[in-house]
Amino acid sequence: MALIGAALLFLSACGGDDTANSTDGATSDLSGPLTVFAAASLTDVFIELGETFMAQNPGIEVRFNFGPSSGLSRQINEGAPADVFASANISQMAVVSEAGNADGEPTVFVENVLQIAAPAGNPAGITGIADFANADLTLAICAPEVPCGVAAATVFEAAGITPSVDSLEEDVRAALTKVELGEVDAALVYVTDVIAAGSAVEGIDFPETLEAVTSYPIVTLSAAPNPDAGQLFVEFILSEVGTAALEEAGFRSP
Amino acid sequence: MTDPGFLEDPEATAAPTRPRPGRRTLARRSARTGTRIPLALLLPAIIGTAILVLPLVGLLIRAPWSDLLVRLAEPEVGQALRLSLITASMATVVSMFFGIPIAWVLARSNIRGRSILRALVTVPLVLPPVVGGVALFLVLGRRGIIGSWLYETFGFSLPFTTAAVVIAETFVAMPFLIISVEGALRAADARFEDAAATLGAGGWSTFRRVTLPLVAPGIAAGAVLCWARALGEFGATITFAGNFPGSTQTMPLAVYLALQNDPQAAIVLSLVLLAVSLATLTLLRERWLTRA
Repeated sequence: MALIGAALLFLSACGGDDTANSTDGATSDLSGPLTVFAAASLTDVFIELGETFMAQNPGIEVRFNFGPSSGLSRQINEGAPADVFASANISQMAVVSEAGNADGEPTVFVENVLQIAAPAGNPAGITGIADFANADLTLAICAPEVPCGVAAATVFEAAGITPSVDSLEEDVRAALTKVELGEVDAALVYVTDVIAAGSAVEGIDFPETLEAVTSYPIVTLSAAPNPDAGQLFVEFILSEVGTAALEEAGFRSP
Repeated sequence: MTDPGFLEDPEATAAPTRPRPGRRTLARRSARTGTRIPLALLLPAIIGTAILVLPLVGLLIRAPWSDLLVRLAEPEVGQALRLSLITASMATVVSMFFGIPIAWVLARSNIRGRSILRALVTVPLVLPPVVGGVALFLVLGRRGIIGSWLYETFGFSLPFTTAAVVIAETFVAMPFLIISVEGALRAADARFEDAAATLGAGGWSTFRRVTLPLVAPGIAAGAVLCWARALGEFGATITFAGNFPGSTQTMPLAVYLALQNDPQAAIVLSLVLLAVSLATLTLLRERWLTRA
């Protein structure tokens, strides 16, 4: 089924012919802009899925606002006109839910874990999480105020390590940038970031990472300007097409 | 962030064309007895003031005042505040050392490509600071053009140090000083310099004895702008210098991170930064005015 669906999507995307859409049950009569607030770590895969979704629903124009989940939750609670919120952690979703801005129960659609990122070729010879206690290395992790920093603290505790780092980055992308530039010997980022960075970055696995699994919940918002399209987008992300693309980007299914 | 009264001072923004004693009092008096403000100026001035001041009012209203003293007592806050004041002041000194000569070249010399030079030195004004931080990496990082040589020769790496904070702040703030000082130099009467030259003063001597005193108020105004910009610097600093309490975490970085999970704390920290910068500028202004 998924294959057929994907094939139909592919055909409709290529052919530009709308007739294929009306047969697969998608409510393609929905239209207008659809605003999705999504965690920064979802950037690449959501843009890709957004293209597919728009090919499937030609009337809908998906607009993304990517950023740290905490910033997005704040913007939503301040009244930003968003239809869907995909958070990189449960707690920031709770911030939105508790303010009464989530429409129904959020669904966890993927999980993510940390991985050590080193510049290509791993010049400092990083082998595992224990290297983060080495004061001679230049190391970066996320700040304790942001989710990837909380996850980092959890894995350090699980590994029984007192980290000696040079910078507490404001978000995971900032940590990754410093790895890509070769300015740090290693950083703790999400496995999906390592995959997204391509050949500039090398990922190093470590067992304690499973102690800090990050769940990504998604929900439509109660003040959504386009709630039906929002619901359709959430269903699309939870569909097999969505799951397949997310797994390819390195996310784990919950 | 700057004290508007400081910049409002006619001598601060435009250098005196005829610096003779008594001019200050004359200027003061004419400003005070100034006639009615035309409506066409008054209305936009009021709305403009609202645009600038209302966000601050919002901060003040939402501030958890009861927390203020508790927060101030936290060692991390004092540490970040101290680091901010030290690095912003150092960045201002560095900016004056390099920026005043640049401003002089732009205003007084007639070397070719001056307009290109002016455009180049003001690039940091339009460049997103985070991009500026990455650009600093590409030059001064341990894999950068100059930085790699430093690293391989001396084993010294600039990023993630307090020096990197000063460099990032200088990069972003120096254009403000250059533009102010260049404006002051252009407004100053060059005939004083010509006179000094005809009386036998050399170029350096003329600059030091005549030009500098002539544009001192313009330099002071530029330095204040520069300091204020450096104090609020965030993007280039967190990119190039990273964020670590005690060595590179300045107040804006602490504010941004507090905003991630404790917006109330972020408001308090912003107010602390605001209060300290306003107090510093007011104190400086007092000293500067009474001395002059």
